[in-house]
Amino acid sequence: MIEAILLTIITAATPLVIAAIGELVTERAGVLNLGVEGMMIMGAVCAFAGSYLTGVPLFGVLAGILGGALFSLLFGFLTLTLVTNQVATGLALTLLGLGLSGQLGESFVGIPGVKLSPIVFPVLSDIPFIGPLLFRQDITFYLSIALVIGVNWFLFRSRTGLKLRAIGDSHGSAHALGINVIRTRYLAVMFGGACAGLAGAQLSLVYTPQWVENMTAGRGWIALALVVFASWRPLRVLIGGYIFGAVGILQLHAQAFGVGIPSQFLSMLPYAVTIVVLIIISHNRRTTLINTPACLGKPFVPDR
Amino acid sequence: MRIELERRAGASGLFAIVSPLLALALTLIFGAIMFWMLGKNPGHALYSFFIEPLLEVWSLHELAIKAAPLILIAVGLAVCYRSNNWNIGAEGQFTIGAITGSILPILVPQWHSVLVLPLMLIMGAIGGAVFAAIPALLKTRFNTNEILVSLMLVYIAQLFLDWLVRGLWRDPKGFNFPQSISFSTEAVLPEILSSGRAHWGIVFALVAAVAIWFMMRFMLKGFEVSVLGRSERAGRFAGFSGRRMVWFSMMLSGALAGLAGISEVSGSIGHLQPSISPGYGFTAIIVAFLGRLNPLGIIASGFVLALTYLGGEAAQLSIGVSDKVTRVFQGLLLFFVLSCDTLILYRVRVIFGAGRAPAARS
Amino acid sequence: MTDVEAPATGSLLKIQGLTKYFGTFAACSGIDLAIQPGEIHALLGENGAGKSTLVKMLFGVLQPSEGRILWDGRPVSIGSPGEARQLGIGMVFQHFSLFEALTVAENIALSMDPKIPLAKIAEEAASLSKAYGLPLDPNAHVADLSVGERQRIEIVRALLQNPKLIILDEPTSVLTPQEADKLFETLFKLRSEGRSVLYISHRLEEVQRICDRATVLRHGKVTGACDPKGETPASLARMMVGSDVASVHREAAANLGDVLIDVVNLSVPARTPFAVTLREIGLQVRAGEVMAIAGVAGNGQGELFDALSGEYPVADAEAIRLRGKPVGRTGINGRRLLGAGFVPEERHGHAAVSDMSLSDNLLLSRSQSDRAAFLTGGFAAIIRHDVIRSAAKRICQVMDVRKSGEDPAAGSLSGGNLQKFIIGRELDRQPSVLVVNQPTWGVDAGAASRIRQSLIDLARAGSAVIVISQDLDEIFEVATNIAVISEGRLSKPYPAAELTLERIGLLMGGIHDSTGHAGSPTAPHAGGVHAH
Repeated sequence: MIEAILLTIITAATPLVIAAIGELVTERAGVLNLGVEGMMIMGAVCAFAGSYLTGVPLFGVLAGILGGALFSLLFGFLTLTLVTNQVATGLALTLLGLGLSGQLGESFVGIPGVKLSPIVFPVLSDIPFIGPLLFRQDITFYLSIALVIGVNWFLFRSRTGLKLRAIGDSHGSAHALGINVIRTRYLAVMFGGACAGLAGAQLSLVYTPQWVENMTAGRGWIALALVVFASWRPLRVLIGGYIFGAVGILQLHAQAFGVGIPSQFLSMLPYAVTIVVLIIISHNRRTTLINTPACLGKPFVPDR
Repeated sequence: MRIELERRAGASGLFAIVSPLLALALTLIFGAIMFWMLGKNPGHALYSFFIEPLLEVWSLHELAIKAAPLILIAVGLAVCYRSNNWNIGAEGQFTIGAITGSILPILVPQWHSVLVLPLMLIMGAIGGAVFAAIPALLKTRFNTNEILVSLMLVYIAQLFLDWLVRGLWRDPKGFNFPQSISFSTEAVLPEILSSGRAHWGIVFALVAAVAIWFMMRFMLKGFEVSVLGRSERAGRFAGFSGRRMVWFSMMLSGALAGLAGISEVSGSIGHLQPSISPGYGFTAIIVAFLGRLNPLGIIASGFVLALTYLGGEAAQLSIGVSDKVTRVFQGLLLFFVLSCDTLILYRVRVIFGAGRAPAARS
Repeated sequence: MTDVEAPATGSLLKIQGLTKYFGTFAACSGIDLAIQPGEIHALLGENGAGKSTLVKMLFGVLQPSEGRILWDGRPVSIGSPGEARQLGIGMVFQHFSLFEALTVAENIALSMDPKIPLAKIAEEAASLSKAYGLPLDPNAHVADLSVGERQRIEIVRALLQNPKLIILDEPTSVLTPQEADKLFETLFKLRSEGRSVLYISHRLEEVQRICDRATVLRHGKVTGACDPKGETPASLARMMVGSDVASVHREAAANLGDVLIDVVNLSVPARTPFAVTLREIGLQVRAGEVMAIAGVAGNGQGELFDALSGEYPVADAEAIRLRGKPVGRTGINGRRLLGAGFVPEERHGHAAVSDMSLSDNLLLSRSQSDRAAFLTGGFAAIIRHDVIRSAAKRICQVMDVRKSGEDPAAGSLSGGNLQKFIIGRELDRQPSVLVVNQPTWGVDAGAASRIRQSLIDLARAGSAVIVISQDLDEIFEVATNIAVISEGRLSKPYPAAELTLERIGLLMGGIHDSTGHAGSPTAPHAGGVHAH
């Protein structure tokens, strides 16, 4: 029983962790992309299409990543090359993503999908309790863990990661030192898009292996809140992702058990918890100020 | 090839007007390409999407019905965005306004009075304003991000409405349909003209737009909005309070969204049901930007976006494309609007190869 | 690229006809310059003369529109700062190119070969900084360092590349006189090692003192090349400005009147992690007096301004009195209604909104103090644009503000003209109290002298004026009395005539005399500035 619940929590937390870690990199480079929801839903529909059309779910994963990354490029072009307002453009990306995915996915509605099969680690997966939880999962779970560790290493141990952080701290100084601000930001935005796409792929290939319109149901926004929760630190994304995942799953179980609270109020929980968490994290202005990348959301036009 | 921007000395007045039109034109071109890829005749498709709904009286009434909430919400959002407060939860404030406005006709249906309707409208506006006060409170008190909070509240509002119409407020004689009792005639927003369904909502929208335009153009309050939106520090130097502006702009836009919600329910639906909006609160964001955050521009853009809803319904029948095309159109439009706005502040140069010769200037 | 010309003999760097257009505006036009190995070469010019544009081209941040650069006699094109560093050019920026959230070592690593591990960079930086007398802790966060320390990072970062030419852009503008002397020693050491220095400044005395040759720029063109030691400050100034700048007249101190500004025991905790805590500030300014507050940047000037202006009112109403009334808890408009005027340091986004018109910017500071004239309609507060526009026009005439168009956006004016407008906006009200932070920062010489004169005139007419400034020349020009701010504490005021440059430098460095807070070593605090 507990094992089953933990398994569903992992499945629910994985897309949040993946999308948030991507957005974290984007924001560390100083770009605020509010289009996570849109990139995620595009990833979901592309992944379902890729899996359905080729019959190979793994191709679906690739299609999701590619779809998210390409879609984020649109945001990158507007905010980085045309220097449009990042908040408005992010909203636009979400609105367009929700519309476009509905249009693209129209013919997939009602078609049962193929679930991404787990990768079973021999020996390790036989460990009681832990084995099925950690070593009999699909590739997206392993990727989520690898991404958190990899991004943490990249940001704080690699020189390229240092450059990325420097750009987020002061794009003017970075430009004066000869660091290519725009190119790095494009890459960071696309990394965020690829991660959001992968998270979407997890939804349409693992979480509920089918295509449903608006199936992200606000997870992209929760991922954005998760980045704030994590104060832009990768390892904390993992913790936050699992807290949010657990809230989502536990309310579902509570609904199933019929705890006497109307199901709608239980369904509100993930959103209400997000707000509460934001309050707790943000109320200390000092720490928020120290942690937030100083150039987050600010436009950059190099003088030439 | 690369693109370089060169800042203009001042904002280009020409492009301030041309930019939304250019965005519309680009959207139409992309729309035509999209229809062509869907195997439809682009000319015919665009005609049935954007022209046909304008040819009949009843559909013009429908246009006004759909434009009303879009304009009402968008002028409020324009004040928010100009003051740099990013309320994206208008859909939730619309929903709560519809709920609080419906308290009288649902709980005291036996009260027949001319006071019912005005009270409903006021309660709707108050409901929306109070709901928008939540992100304002959290932003001013706890420094939370109003974008995320206002959006999360949309889901909460919609679930709350869902619970109401399936539970507490469900019509006992409604064959278990998830909806409230129908409003009595005193509680229904009347039609303006006898020729069709269009109700007073559009009048509220136009009045609100003109009033906000006047405020932004001529009143110190409007100046305060502009200053704080451009630079909070300069606003503080002027003696304006950024905090109070958060409250003012959020509650104003919440009130207008709430008014739109109760107008929609009272004027065109007649009862509460789980879904009362085809995403007006989000589409209004596009309306606000297409109107360049200017209330008079928003009147025009409100009708344009209302047309995309109507066109979507019409095209579904006449050429057999899904109504999802509507949302693609709306999304594309916002993208083009934002891109074209770059031309107002910058000269855009497209540079081919490594050379520095300006190949195209606009 | 084939080199067809004979190498220019001797010169390390030679530039010919270098031109840079921004749109149609030529920031630099046909500039020729040659720097010999082992010389300190001055690049002189006032604000807006094109000095910064020129050195940005030399460092590869900007690309020239025309002209060529010869390095060791060979024509080169410097496409990026990386390429400049490869050639052997190092740069110390005026507005530092540092990252506050990163450590000193990380800041340095950003311009080094990525293969060198961070630990090694930290080690090299530490030893190098010792060798040149520039003490630095590689593990400190930049946000915690003083401006002087920040400049050292820039210098060490440049020196680690082992450059043949090091460019310094207005390096002493942020230093105390003593710190500047130390910097000069470092520069002499560099010269003795055979390195060249391109030294950018508008301070004539120090150029005469340390530079071997000078090139003077005006309006983007070279107007002279000379040996500065053979010139007088006046002749250099003429080359820089093109005409004689009206010198500021200050007559013998008039009789001082009542105390108009009275600050007693003002303490303000730091508002943000990067701010300075104000401690027990006391200050009295009388009618007819110009009180100058000197200090190195980042020692609490901005915080003091915020408290005096009421943008951030303080807890104790009695801590600040204007014309006898306690105003500590009163907002900025309440203080304006008592006759006070304020001019903050930052023009764009604080004193003015760049993309709003001048008339809107006039309303910005005077919507309440001139409510009767500028607004109508009672509660609706309708703006009388016509009245405000004519008032703006009047101010532009009085202050000689040069602008394009009737009522242009504030951002389209040059720094000097916008500053004249911002000062004029307050003077137009005849304020009995005026608090100005950095009145002539980044302003050309003509505008600066006009602004300084108008401050003196205001005081002579019976107002109390506080001038917060980092520019000691300015301070000695305008001040009746001088106090020094350091680490959020204010020294007692000294009559300007009694204070020497050296003395003031010591005070700026945090060494107070017995009447102040006798050299007590204050504990370092977040964002604060340490004594050196």
